[in-house]
Amino acid sequence: MKWLLRGFFALLVVAIAVVAWWLFARHHAAIPPAQTTAAKLQDPALIARGAYLATVGDCAACHTAQGGKPYAGGRALPTPFGQVPAPNLTPDDATGLGQWSFDAFWRALHEGVGRDGHALYPAFPYTSYTKVSREDAFALFAYLKTLPPVRNQTGAPSLRFPYDLRAGLATWRTLYFRPGEFVPDPKQSAEWNRGAYLVQGLGHCNECHVARDNLGGLPSNETLTGGQIPAQNWYAPDLSTHAHGGLEGWSTDDIVTLLRTGQSRKGAAFGPMADVVMQSTQHMHEDDLRAIAVYLQSLPPRPAPAPGGSQVDATARLDRGADLYDRQCASCHGKDGQGVTNVYPPLAGNSSVTEPTGINAIRIVLLGGFAPTTAAHPRPYSMPPFAQQLSDGDVAAVVSYIRHAWSNNAAPVTERDVAAYRHTPVE
Amino acid sequence: MSLLSSVCLAPALLVVALSVTAARAADAPNVPDTLKQRIAACTACHGEHGEGTPETGFFPRLAGKPAGYLARQIRNFQDGLRKYAPMEYTVRGLSPEYMHEIAGYFAAQQVPYQRSPLPRVTDAILKRGEVLATQGDPAHKVPACAACHGEHLTGVEPDIPGLVGLPYDYISAQLGAWRTHTRAMVAPDCMATIAGRLSEADITAVSAWLAAHDVPANIHAQPAGSVTPPLACGVLQAKEATR
Repeated sequence: MKWLLRGFFALLVVAIAVVAWWLFARHHAAIPPAQTTAAKLQDPALIARGAYLATVGDCAACHTAQGGKPYAGGRALPTPFGQVPAPNLTPDDATGLGQWSFDAFWRALHEGVGRDGHALYPAFPYTSYTKVSREDAFALFAYLKTLPPVRNQTGAPSLRFPYDLRAGLATWRTLYFRPGEFVPDPKQSAEWNRGAYLVQGLGHCNECHVARDNLGGLPSNETLTGGQIPAQNWYAPDLSTHAHGGLEGWSTDDIVTLLRTGQSRKGAAFGPMADVVMQSTQHMHEDDLRAIAVYLQSLPPRPAPAPGGSQVDATARLDRGADLYDRQCASCHGKDGQGVTNVYPPLAGNSSVTEPTGINAIRIVLLGGFAPTTAAHPRPYSMPPFAQQLSDGDVAAVVSYIRHAWSNNAAPVTERDVAAYRHTPVE
Repeated sequence: MSLLSSVCLAPALLVVALSVTAARAADAPNVPDTLKQRIAACTACHGEHGEGTPETGFFPRLAGKPAGYLARQIRNFQDGLRKYAPMEYTVRGLSPEYMHEIAGYFAAQQVPYQRSPLPRVTDAILKRGEVLATQGDPAHKVPACAACHGEHLTGVEPDIPGLVGLPYDYISAQLGAWRTHTRAMVAPDCMATIAGRLSEADITAVSAWLAAHDVPANIHAQPAGSVTPPLACGVLQAKEATR
């Protein structure tokens, strides 16, 4: 009986997918190649604005392979379902956007549909880009058309079954995607609205800063509440500046300073966010950064985390951690965990330390690394990697200690947590 | 609170505030504004003076290698030509200027060479290694190491590293890496060509001889332009590509 029920269920899922696919295909035809380059696209002011917007959207981060030509694609984006190579955005006829008309580009950005009418994988964050205005999309398109064409065939995604069936995408879209547009809130200031537009649209902050579900879908009822980045194994913190928020106590200036310089008195960018700062936000206009900060300031307080955590007595681990901290960490981060402004980030009250999983602190202790290199900090200080020096037990002890010391009050981590991330491939 | 008590209290509060600041200052780490302090991420493994770990051969020596060569290696890790995840992660954000400054720091370090463990090989194998290093193997179109790396194998400014004083494990691992494409240079990659022409036995032989070879009194790289490479070599002809 059970297998009959299962079979029926599977059949139902397939039937829904087929219907969704059929409906999708009926509404999305291929768009013929662009015949001419519209004269309007040649406007230098438009192109300059497009270049700026491409920086805001950090398009090059995904659409450039390691060591490759900018925007020529080929970087394999890791997802829990397999790898998706980012396409070539240079105007090459055979392998890039050469034959794309603006209508095709707009549909890709706004609806997540390729020129040939196929649904695009949401590794391309059209769930956010759908809020980009048509004028901004036009400027972006004008800029991309000015890039030197690069012939680079980027290949097909290598996804596991059943995620390799594009028909499944129609179902995914039914569940998680509605084409939308940014609707300004008349009750808020122009600055707030500008910030909201940047954060929700081109900035695509929510693509990392919220927890995804098992199918990679974004929750419909919350935004920017923090989450583990799938396949990359970093934790993108909650972005609320109010009670229990990941940026609790951050002022507008603190946010602007972090985005512009890579560091603030409250913390430093690292991992994927370091790349975002270096390639994107440090180049943004001050008023846009301020608008983003003003918008983030309006995110509501978060509920207090549930008490509890580990039931085991971690006293011995914390004592060992305190001892290791004094010997290995305090000379830079200070006995009081306050760090040194613009040199070494504070650990007390730092959400990178206290985020729910402990992944960030574990990986930073293991990997070390430089603070972002920016115009403000062209010769950043760095942290030594401790992977060679400290055992899993040592790392668990010192991370547990810094998560618990001073004003911090996050759950301890275990040796097993450290072992799980010691050999995480570096993306 | 009366005005009088406010006036009396104000200096007291100021004293408290000042002493808190003073305590904080005493507690705060004193950070030297030096390059050495900034590059703790490098020196943790490669040593404060770039001495590496000759005992194990795992972390290569950087001290005294030509600055152009060192900067290029950082760039190659950024571009994925050289593959080693912790290095790729560490250097990914460095600007070209910072990269060159760091390379210059290690190039300027003078650290005596230290003997590292040698594999047990026969005299015949060492002899074969010597022939490869000093004369090459014309039958297999393998040039002598000395043809590019300098008469005394101490390297050539600014791009060619010295080969003497390096651990056996390090040299053989690098030649192996060229064969498995986890180490590469901008095309044409002459070292990949050469490594491809060497047999595994030859790699053992040449690595063992180089590691066993006495370090000459003058360990400095030869001046720029003092060798004529026998193979086309991207790194030697082209100036560093600008992105």
